[in-house]
Parts: sequence; structure tokens; C-alpha cells
Amino acid sequence: MSAATLAPATAPQRPAVRAGRRRVRVSTVLMTAAVAVTTLIVLLPLFIVLFTAFKPTAEVNAYPPTLLPDAWTMANFERIFSDLPFARLIGNSFLFAGGVTLFAVAFDALAAYALARIDFRGRQVLLIAIIATLMIPFQATLIPVYQIVTDLGWVNTFAGLIVPRAADAFGIFFLRQFFIGLPRDLDNAARIDGASELRVFWQIVLPNARPAILTLAIYIFVNNWNDLLWPLVFTTQQEMGTITSGLTQLTGPGGIVPYGVMMAGALVAVVPLVLAFMLVQRKFIESIATTGLK
Amino acid sequence: MTTAHATGSRTRAYRAPAPLGGRPDRSLQRTRTGGRRNRAALAFLAPALLIMAVFVAWPMISALQLSFTDASGFGEAQWVGLDNYARIFTDADIRDAVVNTVVYAVLFTPTAVIVALALALLLTNDRLPFRGLFRTSLFLPFIISLAVAALAWSYLIDPQVGLLHYWLRGMGIDLGNVLQDPTLAMPAVALVAVWKNFGFYMVIFMAGLQEIPGSLYEAAKMDGAGAWSRFRHITLPMLSSTMAFVLIFAMIAALQAFDQIYVMTGGGPYGNTQTVVMEIYESGFRKLELGFASALSYVLLLATLVLSVVQFVFFGRREKES
Repeated sequence: MSAATLAPATAPQRPAVRAGRRRVRVSTVLMTAAVAVTTLIVLLPLFIVLFTAFKPTAEVNAYPPTLLPDAWTMANFERIFSDLPFARLIGNSFLFAGGVTLFAVAFDALAAYALARIDFRGRQVLLIAIIATLMIPFQATLIPVYQIVTDLGWVNTFAGLIVPRAADAFGIFFLRQFFIGLPRDLDNAARIDGASELRVFWQIVLPNARPAILTLAIYIFVNNWNDLLWPLVFTTQQEMGTITSGLTQLTGPGGIVPYGVMMAGALVAVVPLVLAFMLVQRKFIESIATTGLK
Repeated sequence: MTTAHATGSRTRAYRAPAPLGGRPDRSLQRTRTGGRRNRAALAFLAPALLIMAVFVAWPMISALQLSFTDASGFGEAQWVGLDNYARIFTDADIRDAVVNTVVYAVLFTPTAVIVALALALLLTNDRLPFRGLFRTSLFLPFIISLAVAALAWSYLIDPQVGLLHYWLRGMGIDLGNVLQDPTLAMPAVALVAVWKNFGFYMVIFMAGLQEIPGSLYEAAKMDGAGAWSRFRHITLPMLSSTMAFVLIFAMIAALQAFDQIYVMTGGGPYGNTQTVVMEIYESGFRKLELGFASALSYVLLLATLVLSVVQFVFFGRREKES
């Protein structure tokens, strides 16, 4: 899709008149070409997912391979919809990933504000402790976490899926790094005027940190939507699973993965993510423009 | 700003007790605002700390306890002292996994960071057309699950039906069976991770770049500074806290490499892509050596911590200098 729209920009036919203008032109063209080629290479695996999803099995395994299907088919999609409680899984994914995002962004932002803006005792130690928790591979704490969730009776519930992830060191550290980069003059002025910390947070720091908040929200949402091991461990009933964990049940007997069906499943699972991202992407650009950070 | 403020109040507090009993009001006031600040901080931190105490800190303590036992999920766990740790430093498989992880980190981290920064610079350049389209496209791999990405890449470079393999052979480059090739398998799984993650680092760099005041570049241009000089003396120093963040996270991601290796090579060929986290997964969830797996996690944690502190101190110093 980008190749078609880019073609005119990469090959401007009009000769530049003045030498100064021409130099600018050449570097712009080179830069555009470099970015366009990089983008096409980056998108290739995604095109493969997209087109393989519509290929009949014979074509998926044909030689020589082709990018586009010869005979487009919906057979791969039909198998996904017939083999899985599809709407339910998508709904679960939204509740799980959306719930984690909502809580984690709120709690992370509050904690990051304290770590970036309030000079309290033990701040440095706490920051180092939070960073330290990032470094343990999650496979190591999964067993103790599973025991706690079981003791709480939260297996197969949204609480079990969401609450353990309602705050995370990554988000706290990420927002703290962003908050300390914001100029302090505004909030110091507000404090002198008697504003509470909550007001400084809500009315001054948060509006200026919108790009960072949105970036973090995308990050958390996507990671949880795509997470495989977490829903597999904390849900045992198929109707509590997510779309990502549901897709693994497409694997045929003997663990043979039909590429076509897998790609169709991957495509369906990724469409809501791409739509959500496009939606936020616009806001993301707006927030950068309106906060006038540039 | 922070340091100036802190030093200011400290000098005042230091002067206050000097005329013994002379001016107690000032130090009293300082304590009161300090207490108010501590309480405010606690209120802000409470929700996150509660969650992290129950679901992160406590499991970490449990895992540490496990690392001194022969816990296996069956029967009573016996205290074995440092046996698990001793095994880590003598086991040849673990040593190979450590070497593999370092090789992976060295391949992944600089590549991902340089690609991300280069593209962030290009995408914040006003002269580049279609910036929104490029940014969205380049960020897309990040929203695909690594397992799906690994499948797509495996299919692309498959020696029988792979499209990329076929195209490259048309250009005279025969990669052979990349994932079965002892020298190419590791670069391949590292490249998949670069492909998957650079877009996120790029967006973080772009957010950092947006914060640099344009007036700095205008002033430098007036002084006749070239593009490289502006990059070296304005962009890089102004980006140092962003850079520290990206480097530390890229490195942690590298040291925890798992998903695409699990899907693409399963640690092969000949254990050449077997990383430390693959070892943790295998000993913990396949062989059910929970004690040993926990000990290995803690060694990885300490190694990561040391590396991160070194980077943090390095960038902290650079930040103060500039």
C-alpha cells in the first residue's frame, strides 16, 4: 500500500533550477528512498501473514513461492470461526488487556509522579528497588504468583488475569524518566500558590505528559493482548481464554502447524490491535502538536 | 533543578542548628514540610506499591527461598544450601547458555538502538514526506506477538517454500537452511527481535527528540555548526536520559530472550541458540527443577542489575556534566 503512494515522491522528474534548491532536493529524495525501502523490508513479514491467510493449502506449500495468492480463499478463516468461540475470546482479550492498561497506567503515573517530583525520604532506594524488580525473568516468579492467585480463588476470573499486572515497574520507570524531563518551573509556581500535589499532578504534569502516557498505554495493551503464557496459566476454561491463547488450540494433532490457518488466526487477532493503534496514533500526533513540545 | 533545590534546603538546615536553641522554628518548619511531603508521596505510591508487594516482591522472596532447596513440585523440598549456585558455575551447558546470551545481546542491543535512533532522526525531519504513514508502518511489528512474528519469519526463510529465501537465491545469495546453520541461526533470531522491537525504541526516541527546543538548533546553525556537529553536541547530550532508558531496556530484553527462539529454533542447532532464559524454562517447567531454575534466575537478575547500574551511573554522570 505504501509503495504506490510513495512512488511519486521518490522519483521527482522536475529538474531543480537553482543549485541551492537542488542540493536540498537530492538529500530529501535519498532520505525518502532510504526510509521507503526500510519500511518495505520491515512490512514484508506482515504482507506474508496477510496474503498467506488467503492462500489454499496447496499454494502455501508450493514452489516457487509467490507473495500473492493465485486463488483467494476464505477456507482458513472458516476453520478459525468454526473451531473457536471467537466473539467470546475477542471480548475476553479486550477486557483483559483493556483492564490491565487502565489500572496500570493510572497507578504507574501516580507512583512515577512521586518518584520524579516529590523529595521524600528513601526515594532513591525505592527507585532502585523498582528497577531491580524489572530484571528478574518472569518465568522465575510465575510459580509463586500462580500459588497466590490460586489461594485468592482467582483462577479463571478477570481479577486473576488483571490484578497481578495492575502496576508494573516498567511503566513507573518509563513515566518517571519522562516526568523528570518536564520543566519544573510550572509546578513549583503552582506549589507556591498553594496547589496540592494531586492538583499539580492532574493539572500540570499529566497534560504535558500525554505523549508518554499514550505510548505506555499502547505498550501495555499490546503486550497483554499478545501474551500467551499468562492466560494459559491463569485460565483453564476455554471460554475464559484470550484470542492469543485460543489460537494455539488451532495446532493440529501431532503439533503440526498449518501455516495458512495460523496466519489467518494471526491476522484476525491483530486487526483489533491495528485499529486501536490507528485510533490512538492520531491522538498521539495531536497531543504532541497541542502540547507544543517541539 | 532537583539537585539545586535539595542543596539549597540542606544548607539552610545545616545553618539552622548553629546558634544552639536560637532559631528552632526554622528546623521545625522543615520537618513539618518534610513529613507532609512523605505523606503525599506515600499516597501517590500506595496503589502501585501494594500491587507490586503482593505480586512481585513476595514471589521474588519465595523464589529466592526456593533457590536454596531441591524443590521439584513433588514431596518435601530439602534445604541444599548453595548447591544450586555451585552447579550454575560448573555446568558446561549453563556456561554455553551464558556465552550464547552475551552473543545475542551484543548482536541485538546496538543494532536495535542504532536502527531506532537513525529512523527516529529521519522521521522527525520536516523535509520527509509521509511521516505519519512511515511511523505507523515502522511501528507495526511491535504490535504483532513475537510468536506470530517468529512464524512469519520462519516461513519467509524456509529453504523449501520461503519467499525471502527464493528471492535472495535469485540475487545469487544462497542462505541455505538458516535456522539449522550453526553460525546463522543466532543472527537470525536476533534480527527477528530487532525487527519486532526497534519501532518501540524509535517512538521513545521521537518523543525525546520532540522535547529538544528547536531554538538550540537555530542558534547552532547561526554559529555555523554542521549536521554532524549539531547531532553530536545538541541531540546526543539532550537525549541522554532517553538513551539511558532505551539502552537499559534493550539490554534487559536481550538478556531475557525467549519467545522467538522457543518458536524458531527451540535452542538449536546443537544448542547454539540456547539462552539463559531457555535454560530457566527447561529446568523449571520441563524438568521441574524449581530450585535450580530459581537460582539461575537470581544469577541472571544480579548480572542484569550490575550492568544496568553501570549504565545508569555512566549516563547520570554525563547528564550532570552537560
